[in-house]
Amino acid sequence: MATKDAPVNNPMLDPVTGEYRVIAPGHTFKSVTEEVSRIVLTSHTPLGWWFGFLIAGTGVGMLMVAVTYLFVKGVGIWAVTIPVAWGFAIVEFVWWIGIGHAGTLISAILLLFKQGWRNSINRFAEAMTIFAVMCAGMFPVLHLGRPWLGYWLFPYPNTMNYWPQFRSPLMWDVFAVSTYATISVVFWYIGMIPDLATLRDRATSKIGQFTYGILSVGWRGSVRHWVRYETASILLAGLATPLVLSVHSVISLDFSVALLPGWHTTIFPPYFVAGAIYSGFAMVLTLAIPIRKFYHLEDLITIRHLDNCNKVMLATGLIVAYGYSSEVFMAWYSASHWEYFMMWNRMFGPMGWSYWTLITCNIALPQLLWSRRLRRNVLFTFIMSLIINTGMYFERFVIIVTSLTRDYLPSSWGTYRATKWDYMTFAGTLGFFTFCFFLFIRFLPMIPMSELRLMLPQAKVKAKPEPFSGTPVPEAGD
Amino acid sequence: MPLPEGLYGLMAEFDSATDLVHAAKAAYKAGYRRMDCYTPYAVEEAAEAIGFHRDEVSLVCLIGGVLGLVAMYGLETWIAVWAFPLNIAGRPYYSWPAFVVPAYEWTILWSGIAAAFGMLALCGLPKTYHPVFNAPNFRNGATTDKFFLCLESTDPKFAAEEARSFLEAQSPVSVVEVEY
Repeated sequence: MATKDAPVNNPMLDPVTGEYRVIAPGHTFKSVTEEVSRIVLTSHTPLGWWFGFLIAGTGVGMLMVAVTYLFVKGVGIWAVTIPVAWGFAIVEFVWWIGIGHAGTLISAILLLFKQGWRNSINRFAEAMTIFAVMCAGMFPVLHLGRPWLGYWLFPYPNTMNYWPQFRSPLMWDVFAVSTYATISVVFWYIGMIPDLATLRDRATSKIGQFTYGILSVGWRGSVRHWVRYETASILLAGLATPLVLSVHSVISLDFSVALLPGWHTTIFPPYFVAGAIYSGFAMVLTLAIPIRKFYHLEDLITIRHLDNCNKVMLATGLIVAYGYSSEVFMAWYSASHWEYFMMWNRMFGPMGWSYWTLITCNIALPQLLWSRRLRRNVLFTFIMSLIINTGMYFERFVIIVTSLTRDYLPSSWGTYRATKWDYMTFAGTLGFFTFCFFLFIRFLPMIPMSELRLMLPQAKVKAKPEPFSGTPVPEAGD
Repeated sequence: MPLPEGLYGLMAEFDSATDLVHAAKAAYKAGYRRMDCYTPYAVEEAAEAIGFHRDEVSLVCLIGGVLGLVAMYGLETWIAVWAFPLNIAGRPYYSWPAFVVPAYEWTILWSGIAAAFGMLALCGLPKTYHPVFNAPNFRNGATTDKFFLCLESTDPKFAAEEARSFLEAQSPVSVVEVEY
């Protein structure tokens, strides 16, 4: 499939297929290794990094203040009350965990489908997953009211003779999210071991050699180890795939098992998963575009990656659009007065603005991604990723807040207006997420070097030895 | 147990995976069995060449998964039926469909943990010391762009002179001795 919008002699285009390359041509094992490891191993920390780190650190400080005050005063400082008992906290829980899903999709599902292009972006997409799950995990605990008793959620023998109640979706959530966090960390770390070994061998400082030496657990690149490592990677990918599909499904069950109009619907599991991947890819692009610019990684994170991510966003965006239409259709088709009112209230009630923002950000504007030219435009992609992230935030806001404000009984209707503590907590987690990400790109290899090497053309083992000029070797070819 | 001393093996360095695989095949054909290849990325052909065909990671993973499944499903059943029976909206104590979700998650959790840490354990990792790092050129390239074949001295066929001339016939970049 030839591309017409780029000059034919563009080195980033593959002359055979006409597609954009995944890695720029002319790279060697050494050059890809150097390009990635230099970011970590340099003793000079760029000024821009410090600048961003400081801003993110301010966000962390804000989170600390917000959470401390929450511990002192209780959840009353947030806008949560009856009828909206699940305010921003749960909106943000669902939003963050959804963002995490793209990391697992890229690292696991695309690995199983042998999508080689994923290799440049999977490591930091996984890091994004972990930090997003960390942010997500904070909210249900902070929302408990007595967060210091959060461990009561886990089944353990105790003097109260009390055990958790496993018929509740909230209990399922505990296991889904904790499993997801654990497996994501394990997958991420195992995938990083060979690269940590590279850093260990290339580090010049004693601290670097020692730290990366400990972290790389003595990896020496034995092919026996590589075979087991590859098996473990495939298995972990195979396990992470049903896991990631189950996590957001289980979260959606928190809603759909309830009887509230707007929540009680069977479309939720698939539509939540698609939405999660949608927002996750948007976040991948939000992070990847500044990073590749700042660290000059255009050779490794190429237009092909942006284009492919955009295509995934377009596809999942259409699934999400189908979910929205299905909700509207079912509201009419069910002939249920409550469902019908719920949809009318979403569109034209006092919070109708949030529904139309959601439709604009998630369905209308992303249709521009049909254009190949725009999909390959870096600035446009960046802006679009921010728009989609906003849209997905509003999706969760509409589902949670708008549905809760007006349920069956008009006498129990209410309204919702987030407080400054709600906003501070949210902004604080954004800061925390970026803070972790800055540390990650400074101290860990953000692009998997061992997988990049595997993608270079010279990595393939040739069937016959190439003719050479030296003395002939007996039995060299078998 | 006293630490072993003397020669661990002979290590040949190659520039490409192709050279390495051909040398490894030749070594296997020549009768060497205790040897290993070291590569900066996964070269499955090299593992095949030195006669390493099966790994037990899948089995460990399966065992972990079954244990996780049984543990969580059993725990839920025990809690809901015997330890702490609660009447939740008239549902039966043994309401198995609700137990599926945590049991499913724990199957994945424990098979994943078993696959990851089982893989490391089967590799004998973590390890704080290994003789191959004593080779002067090893750390310079084994995790970047060089390929190594190490014939180990514990091989019954191993004789230092013969092994050296064998390796040198494979057109390596260099052949070095590796001490314990």
